[in-house]
Amino acid sequence: MKPTFQLPRRGFLAVLATAIALATGCKPSGESGGGAAGTGTIKIGEFASLTGTEAAFGQSSHKGTQLAIEEINQSGGLLGRKLEHLTEDNRSTAGESATIVKKFISREKVVAVLGEVASGRSLEAGPICQAAGIPMVSPSSTNPKVTEIGDHVFRVCFIDPFQGKLLADFAKRTLKARKVAILSDVSAPYSVGLADFFRQRFIAEGGEVVVEQKYASKDKDFRAQLTAIKAAAPDAIFVPGYYTEAGLIVAQARQLGLAVPLFGGDGWEAPELIQIAGEALQGTYYSTHYSPEAKSTEVRSFVKAFQARFNGETPDAMAALGYDSAMVLADAIKRAGSTDGSKVRDALAATKDFPCVTGKTTLDASRNATKAAVIITVKDGKFSYLETVEP
Amino acid sequence: MTEFLQQLINGLSLGAIYALIALGYTMVYGVLRFINFAHSDVFMIGAYAGYYLAPKLGAGSLVGGLAVLFAAMAVCAVLGVIIEKLAYRPLRNRSTLTVLITAIGVSLLIQNVAQNQKLGFGPNPKAFPRLFPETNLHFGPLVVSSNQLIVLGVTVVLLGALWWIVHRTRIGTAMRALSFNATAASLVGIDNDAVISFTFALGSALAGAGGILYAMNYPSIDPLMGTLPGLKAFVAAVLGGIGNLPGAALGGLLIGMVETFVSGTRASTFRDAIAFAILILILLFRPAGLLGKVRVEKV
Repeated sequence: MKPTFQLPRRGFLAVLATAIALATGCKPSGESGGGAAGTGTIKIGEFASLTGTEAAFGQSSHKGTQLAIEEINQSGGLLGRKLEHLTEDNRSTAGESATIVKKFISREKVVAVLGEVASGRSLEAGPICQAAGIPMVSPSSTNPKVTEIGDHVFRVCFIDPFQGKLLADFAKRTLKARKVAILSDVSAPYSVGLADFFRQRFIAEGGEVVVEQKYASKDKDFRAQLTAIKAAAPDAIFVPGYYTEAGLIVAQARQLGLAVPLFGGDGWEAPELIQIAGEALQGTYYSTHYSPEAKSTEVRSFVKAFQARFNGETPDAMAALGYDSAMVLADAIKRAGSTDGSKVRDALAATKDFPCVTGKTTLDASRNATKAAVIITVKDGKFSYLETVEP
Repeated sequence: MTEFLQQLINGLSLGAIYALIALGYTMVYGVLRFINFAHSDVFMIGAYAGYYLAPKLGAGSLVGGLAVLFAAMAVCAVLGVIIEKLAYRPLRNRSTLTVLITAIGVSLLIQNVAQNQKLGFGPNPKAFPRLFPETNLHFGPLVVSSNQLIVLGVTVVLLGALWWIVHRTRIGTAMRALSFNATAASLVGIDNDAVISFTFALGSALAGAGGILYAMNYPSIDPLMGTLPGLKAFVAAVLGGIGNLPGAALGGLLIGMVETFVSGTRASTFRDAIAFAILILILLFRPAGLLGKVRVEKV
């Protein structure tokens, strides 16, 4: 006898349709979270890499955001309402961010979304916010593609074309390098993009990229690539990756007797870099968004508040950008006088000369921030400020 | 030429670690005819044992480093025996497939407990401490780090010890007898359970040693660090002929070499693809692996 189990066809379709509606963030019963007349809290959803390979970034950025929202609530909140900060962890893996953001929008009815540090994961969440008409502000995704998603995606940091250009100039002028080797992470859009912008500028300025090697994130062994790089005898090695791999690369490069300077982008900045590579870091450099040693009033009051809140911990660039992303968003909600997605979006787009910890922030027509960068070097096992590069 | 020799050294030290892990797979397969997928997690536990024991046993000197190595091997041996007792022994007379799926379950359980912040080590990568004094030795243009030498040295010593145990001791003879025919072995008075426990202890200790050596060379450890090396070592064991001890060692060295040489070229992103393609090719022409013997399944 044949088994006679069959799904009731029509019921099944209805379930499927509901599932799709939920998954795509459709709102069958009209707007329910927006509107100036709304009561209750204003919900802000933050998706972050709180654990996993980029956890140091996610944690820092999250602490900054947390501090900003607490400060806003202490001074009375926004539009007479308190902010509610929802955070979910994507474990530094692909695929999680989309699910989290869908949930924020369809179930929690957030007003805006904050996130992420890694460009790859912002690229995942952006289209969902864009389709749902919810503004998204990324604290520190530097890949240009992130804000190209659409007019609802913003960021408060500089972008990789600028970072790549300044690193190329830095290699040429400060390091006096003529021949550079590049070792990039093919699995991270951030790394691939930064390597491209660096190469274009460096070659245009008369430099030579003698060898390019690649790795994938979570790799541990880089000796093979570094041996090939050593054979090409470069003056410096550019490693546009994240700190976990960068730390191992620096350590293994020194073990192989490569004494030339290594340098990278803002993906390097984490205390874990020093824990992994130790004294091998002598003579390495990276560019980032801010230095806690800067003298401006914003930086000093931020560092003080952050240390008071988090047991004397000194905030790094990711913390500063996490703070700035929430402050820029709060400012936009205040100016919009509403929590309606499109009004907040318009107010965000009009952000001009807003005093951020990482410098005065103006969001341009392509929703990117233009601001200065700093170069940090590692001296005696400590990060130390080297120079500021204006855009 | 210099680059070739340097890559050869890099490949050897990576392959040696794969060989150590592959031996564990192959030994368990030899006696029980199933793949112990939890083996790669024992490897990870080995690295974490080293991480927590290093400050207590005075790592940083040769003696301290060796103490950490042996302590981690002991921890893993005990863990291997416990896994076998709790998860595999109750299923001894079930089909191999049941045990195989249990092995995957055990592997996932260990990984998830290890990733838990409260019960385990937490999901974030940790920086592995320095176990041995480190220097770089220069042979002309070639550079060999002391860590690479230690990896090679420890591997050779452990392989020698394993060969001696398997071929020159009573328990080793019992292991070989069991792998030949389990029923006949028990008929001549071999305690199968004890021999199987011993096999797990031995294989897991080797995985523990592999974990320490791996973490020493790549000092960033996380709860999922075992997955990829475990997979590569499994491939190495199959490549060499699963169930065959010298085959596992040879397979490990081969995979390490291929990976290193591919990484050093422009095709570096195809590293794993090329390593696995070679496996498929070899298995097409030698289905039992390089050193394996073709056995006719009797029905």
